[in-house]
Amino acid sequence: MADEIKDIDDHSGIETTGHSWDGIKELNNPLPRWWLYVWYGTIIWAVVYMVFMPAIPALPGMGTNTTGLRNHSDRDLVAAAVADLKAARVEQSATLLEASLEEIETDRGLQQFALAMGESLFGDNCATCHGAGGRGAIGYPTLADDVWLWDGTLDGIEYTLRHGIRHEGDLDTRFSLMPSFGRDNLLSTDEIDDLTDYVLRVSGQEHDGEAADRVADLYQQQCASCHGVNGQGDRLQGAPNLTDQEWLFGGSRDAIYNTIYNARNSHMPAWQDRLDDASIKALAVYVHTLGGGE
Amino acid sequence: MGQTTLNIHPSAGSGGPTPPPHKDLYAKREQIYPKLAHGKFRLVKWVVMAVTLGVYYLLPWVRWDRGEGIPDQAVLADFQSEKFYFFFIEIWPQDIHFLAGLLILAALGLFLVTSLLGRVWCGYTCPQTVWTDLYIWVERAFEGDRAARMRLDKGKWTFNKAWRKLGKHTIWLIIAFWTGGAFILYWHDAPMVAQGWFTGEAPLSAYWFAGLLTLTTYFLAGWMREQVCTYMCPWPRIQAALTDEHALNVTYRYDRGEPRGPKRKSESWDERGDCIDCDQCVQVCPVGIDIRNGSQLECIHCALCIDACDQMMTKIGRPTGLIAYDTDVAVAARAAHQTPPRYRILRSRTVLYTVLISAIGVLMIWGLATKATIEANVLKDRSPPFVQLSDGNIQNGYTLKLVNKISEPRTMQVSITGIEGLSYSVIGMEHEGAEPIELPVEAHGVDRYRILISAPAGAGQRQVTITVKDTETGETDTNRASFRGPN
Repeated sequence: MADEIKDIDDHSGIETTGHSWDGIKELNNPLPRWWLYVWYGTIIWAVVYMVFMPAIPALPGMGTNTTGLRNHSDRDLVAAAVADLKAARVEQSATLLEASLEEIETDRGLQQFALAMGESLFGDNCATCHGAGGRGAIGYPTLADDVWLWDGTLDGIEYTLRHGIRHEGDLDTRFSLMPSFGRDNLLSTDEIDDLTDYVLRVSGQEHDGEAADRVADLYQQQCASCHGVNGQGDRLQGAPNLTDQEWLFGGSRDAIYNTIYNARNSHMPAWQDRLDDASIKALAVYVHTLGGGE
Repeated sequence: MGQTTLNIHPSAGSGGPTPPPHKDLYAKREQIYPKLAHGKFRLVKWVVMAVTLGVYYLLPWVRWDRGEGIPDQAVLADFQSEKFYFFFIEIWPQDIHFLAGLLILAALGLFLVTSLLGRVWCGYTCPQTVWTDLYIWVERAFEGDRAARMRLDKGKWTFNKAWRKLGKHTIWLIIAFWTGGAFILYWHDAPMVAQGWFTGEAPLSAYWFAGLLTLTTYFLAGWMREQVCTYMCPWPRIQAALTDEHALNVTYRYDRGEPRGPKRKSESWDERGDCIDCDQCVQVCPVGIDIRNGSQLECIHCALCIDACDQMMTKIGRPTGLIAYDTDVAVAARAAHQTPPRYRILRSRTVLYTVLISAIGVLMIWGLATKATIEANVLKDRSPPFVQLSDGNIQNGYTLKLVNKISEPRTMQVSITGIEGLSYSVIGMEHEGAEPIELPVEAHGVDRYRILISAPAGAGQRQVTITVKDTETGETDTNRASFRGPN
């Protein structure tokens, strides 16, 4: 490069980079020394880091990423932290296991622990369907009110949590099946139309009285065995009360017609295989305190 | 460091006028070697240093009995249980406005002192000043006074120089470590964390902060010194707006000193000023300025130049006070051969600050004296905002937090009113209807209760009033919360 002519800036006497924009030249000042040292420092740091920490991803033929001398793994750290947490909770979890659900709910200390634990478990596992605070959604019952399809007692809630509802693979699951009256041609669409009016009548909504009268006998024949003679439902079979204003799938004419035609048989998983016993008890107490526990 | 210079010359074609000389915008710091001063202000500074450092290092060890189960440390910021203890005062997170009040008082106090006496805070009590002073004292002990230190720094590396430097930095680091170590004592039980620190049982944050403050003390007081005041601290800028020509500041009385110049014994004092250009005021200055140039941003008003000058004036048989605490108006008046005005303590700004300080102080004392020992906080469930019950009633869920600030358990009576026909239940307690319910609250803590309020459906946004009353003392706290329903 010796024969290259250096361009020296007139004013400052400093060499330029040779770049010029509209007559503005860039001076070739050296980098600030502190900046340079920091940069060298980062290079050294990078090398040290690659030796000690996982740095190179799993390239083809490598099988796994490099683990570094420290054998660091975030996944292991999380697992260890979870294990630590479980160990820290062992004592209180043990008291939860020993105490009855009623004792947990009435003892101040146990209640606070169970509610804190239940709240976080509910958020992780249940709120996806039942909503935050058990507010419910179409097809997913509200847990904060006092309307229960199956059982709203502490023991009943615990049973539902353990075995689920219509959960395949659990012989003790809560089970019932509403026939698809329309789809399976058990009733004609006219009859279903009239039955819709009948349901609207027992729930105190606007309806066609004549139509309802026409299927009074049909209701007793087809529906009363589960939903009751007066439409008050049957908890043993998880059959909803038709006379109140609480509707799992909606109480409009269309929604009711749709329900009779296709039937609604929703599912809840059995949680006993996924959560430990203490967690299920904490969750049962939490759900019971949401607003409608019996 | 010339390479870091900015080049800001205007672009001009060749053949223009001669370019201005290249000026380096980066000024390298010049090492300052403050000479030891002797005199009354130096003495005051030693005393202030002893007192402030004594308070800082020893205060965490002072005990203050508060009863069973409550920390007995007089001054403690207990993050774990979310409380701040200061002798008889106890601040909970709910009382955080007292902290704001304290900060406002501190700021106003600083304003008042600045308008009365200039930067006495900077000169005597600022931690940066105190620790720097301490570090210079150590430096002097190892390396001697100004002249010896300058010689040592200029000289070659010898065994003598090496051990003196090594000794100085060792003591500096030990002081720095004590400083960082003392800091963490304010956040934990002092004896426990001090012992735990050395046995490896202290919390990680204790090691981190002790290390951090060790480093900052060592670098700020040992290496950076006056640069912290000149470049990093906003206070010199702010104080320019707070001081005025009526404030007492360390001032060179040019009316008496000028014209200055060296003087032989045989010469007469007529037709000349008292300043003999001995340079003592410059040599003792810890920020390396010449006070004779007038009030300057760098000046921390430590008054050491007053001591140095007084000593010299005494030696040459002239009256002391050529450099003294004085006001600009007084100096200007004397220079114009007028009678200087008397120093006025009562000025509009000093009166204003005093009134504000008194008002806020009284408010805070009143607040502390009448601080409630119970408190109720109501949190309404956000989800669901309400539910309809099978009987048609509307139900809202709430979490009631009952705060008990005394060290004995209490029973609090909760009554809920505001809506016709409401009833409520408390989870885990036997209760039906609308009668008040008595709830136990643990000593010195917060208890949470879950409350379900139901009421007949009604129009619009409604409110419930939740009143909590100590069944023994009758102390009450009232809270309102909204009650939602379908509209």
